[in-house]
Amino acid sequence: MTQFELSADSIDAASCARALADAGAGACVMFEGWVRNTNAGRAVHRLDYQAYGVLALKEGEAILADAQRTFPIIDARCVHRTGSLAIGDLAVWIGVSAAHRDAAFAACRFVIDEVKRRVPIWKNEHYADGESGWLHPDNTPVAT
Amino acid sequence: MNYRILYFASLRDVAGRDAESVDVDTHDARELYAQRQREYGFAISSDKLRVAINGEFAAWNRSLADGDEIAFLPPVSGG
Repeated sequence: MTQFELSADSIDAASCARALADAGAGACVMFEGWVRNTNAGRAVHRLDYQAYGVLALKEGEAILADAQRTFPIIDARCVHRTGSLAIGDLAVWIGVSAAHRDAAFAACRFVIDEVKRRVPIWKNEHYADGESGWLHPDNTPVAT
Repeated sequence: MNYRILYFASLRDVAGRDAESVDVDTHDARELYAQRQREYGFAISSDKLRVAINGEFAAWNRSLADGDEIAFLPPVSGG
């Protein structure tokens, strides 16, 4: 069973982790993406995530299904924030359970890489100097 | 043809709206984007965008049908 969620409220990582519990799991790997206070040398004050909800959920589920097909894992889950986030906030949580650690590490890495590449979510950074800007996947600014 | 258009991220900011309905005489998504680009002055070219039709990723050459909901998607930056 897999599940991809968008959350407009703060993510409770401990609660997310409990959903992975399985008697057959010998490994659990979790990734947390946090809001960092700099990007490309600029001081970041806060950021906003905007999502195309219906398509983000479909694409997120497709990534978790890909992970299930590709790696011998038991469960994979992901929660991604939307809305306004402060420095240090949890922006994305990914958890994978598996019988053995190799598959859990590999699948967790796969899921975060694919989420960044494929899911229609956009990050708008607000800088300490008052400017803001939407970013490309490589964290370079979008020309508008 | 009447289409509902959704805007996200930089396109939403430049257009000043998250969605709109338009009446146009094209079935072509690139032409529809080009018309919107002339309207709002979007700097980003359609080569850099993906298109979604009715909540699914679609090929740019898929013919649009009356009533479709179309989203022009800038490069994503989640995670």
